[in-house]
Amino acid sequence: MRLTDVAQFASGSLRGSRTRTLLMILAMSIGVAAVVVLTGLGEGARRYVVNQFSSLGTNLVIVLPGRTETAGIGPGMLIGQIPREISLDDAQAILRSRAVKRIAPLTVGSATLSRNALNREVVVLGSTSDLLEVRHMSLGIGKFLPPGDIHESASVCVLGNQMKRELFGNEQAVGQWVRLGDRRFRVIGVLAEQGESMGMRTDELVIVPVASAHQLFNTSGLFRVLVEAKSREAIEQAKHDAEQIMFQRHSGEKDVTVITQDAVLATFDRILTALTMAVGGIASISLAVAGILIMNVMLIAVSQRVKEIGLLKALGAPAAQIRNLFFAEAILLSSIGSIVGLILGEAGVFVIAKIYPSLPVVAPWWAVLAALGTALGTGIMFSVWPARRAARLDPVMALARS
Amino acid sequence: MIQLENVSRNFTVGDQQVAALRNIDLHIAAGDYVSIMGPSGSGKSTLLNLIGLLDRPSSGTYKLDGGNVTDLTDEQQARVRSEKIGFVFQSFHLVPRLTAAMNIELPLILAGISPAERKARVVQLLENYGLTDRADHRPDQLSGGQRQRVAIARATSMHPAVLLADEPTGNLDQTTGKEVLNLLEKLLEQHVALIVVTHDPVIGSRATRQLHMVDGQIISETGRST
Repeated sequence: MRLTDVAQFASGSLRGSRTRTLLMILAMSIGVAAVVVLTGLGEGARRYVVNQFSSLGTNLVIVLPGRTETAGIGPGMLIGQIPREISLDDAQAILRSRAVKRIAPLTVGSATLSRNALNREVVVLGSTSDLLEVRHMSLGIGKFLPPGDIHESASVCVLGNQMKRELFGNEQAVGQWVRLGDRRFRVIGVLAEQGESMGMRTDELVIVPVASAHQLFNTSGLFRVLVEAKSREAIEQAKHDAEQIMFQRHSGEKDVTVITQDAVLATFDRILTALTMAVGGIASISLAVAGILIMNVMLIAVSQRVKEIGLLKALGAPAAQIRNLFFAEAILLSSIGSIVGLILGEAGVFVIAKIYPSLPVVAPWWAVLAALGTALGTGIMFSVWPARRAARLDPVMALARS
Repeated sequence: MIQLENVSRNFTVGDQQVAALRNIDLHIAAGDYVSIMGPSGSGKSTLLNLIGLLDRPSSGTYKLDGGNVTDLTDEQQARVRSEKIGFVFQSFHLVPRLTAAMNIELPLILAGISPAERKARVVQLLENYGLTDRADHRPDQLSGGQRQRVAIARATSMHPAVLLADEPTGNLDQTTGKEVLNLLEKLLEQHVALIVVTHDPVIGSRATRQLHMVDGQIISETGRST
């Protein structure tokens, strides 16, 4: 029997029982669509996090005071024992490394921001002019912090977009004076609207020169030093150099922690990929269910078509051929089901992407392949038994059945 | 051409052995017209199934065209069925979703014959059996006589050497039955061995050799071998 004839015969018998065929295709396609949509969501979440991280800046190495194996609060901090702080000179020393492009020291605190009768509590960020580049911020109007001596305090500030709106409304803000704590600052720029990135709303920030922030909060240490490596390849070198420089400057004591953005990112990436796979695995259970459904319906088809199978045998079809005919039906069913499911799934992903534009939902190629593979696999696997049963029918009994 | 030697067929029913055929010796030559008659349960159909290689004897040998087909594998037997044996059934056994033309084409498809030749043969067969204008009708749109004509066309599409008919007129009225018999008998001209199972003596008596079976044995044969 020719392959084209097998395919034609199989599609003929599928068309012969339309409702059954449609239901099976539906079951199969729901399974495939579920895998596509769910892994799409998982992948979307992963990409979302990755994007958030890269919006923090590229090729970042972060130096923070204290020595802990994981980033965060060390046990020393909890009992009031503060590790040796990172000074402004420490931060500038890191620039000596050839792998480092620029740095931005960070001091964080909160203060009351007020103008006339309006006032509110804000997060104040002390930094330098390079922060704009390092943190990938964008300026709306005016200027960012002026470059120059890192130790020099200037009474200028840059407002987050929302701060400007709350304090000035539609008025011109640049050139005006505001009060931060007990000091007066002149607004020299306003950040462009950026929304949220990694839990920090840049729209609600006020940025002042790092030396001014130190005076404002009466501190001298830095919260973080953001170090931008020259290239992706230079990240490890920059990390190593930063550690070495800090080591030397702190008289041979390893009391800072240096983490790379890549390392943090890789961890998130792993977690979320695992999550996506888990979700995809759960969804593929529905594929297995569809497979069992196919088996069930194929078994019914075999018993409904006993006479036809007997006839085919009488007409000279060997057992293998009859098996192949049923296989062909299963393959046809599951491939049509897979394709329909793929279309449904992609449509679902498209709709979700429309509803949640911030979530970059895309079904990963491996999930799509796996879904199609599982669909075809289960379809074929679960038709083995029915096909064998058909092939083994005794033709005399089959023909005698009325 | 067909040679059965000491063939028996036993069935196990429950824990009992039931002999459907007992020590049958039978020789049928090409072009023979044989009818097998007997009461129901006498083993007519079992004999026919054995000759058609749908069933295997419990003992004895069966030679077809000089070759022993008793011990062939299922695959080989299927091949012999495809090439040498045609079946016509009482209830026609047409595939309901296929048109008349496609039903006739079925054995040719199963045998893997090229589409071009298939088409030519089907057109010829449709014409031979007066079904040209019914080619695209499905079985449920055909009369009983037309259905059986489709079945005969299908049975002959591979030019078999043996044509086995199990009560071919059982579901037809007398006139159509006769027409169908005439069509079957015409095949004798092509030297086909025609074996008809029936319990209708009128039909049975048309055959040149009439075998009477009782209790799994051929008790008498009337007529003569040609």
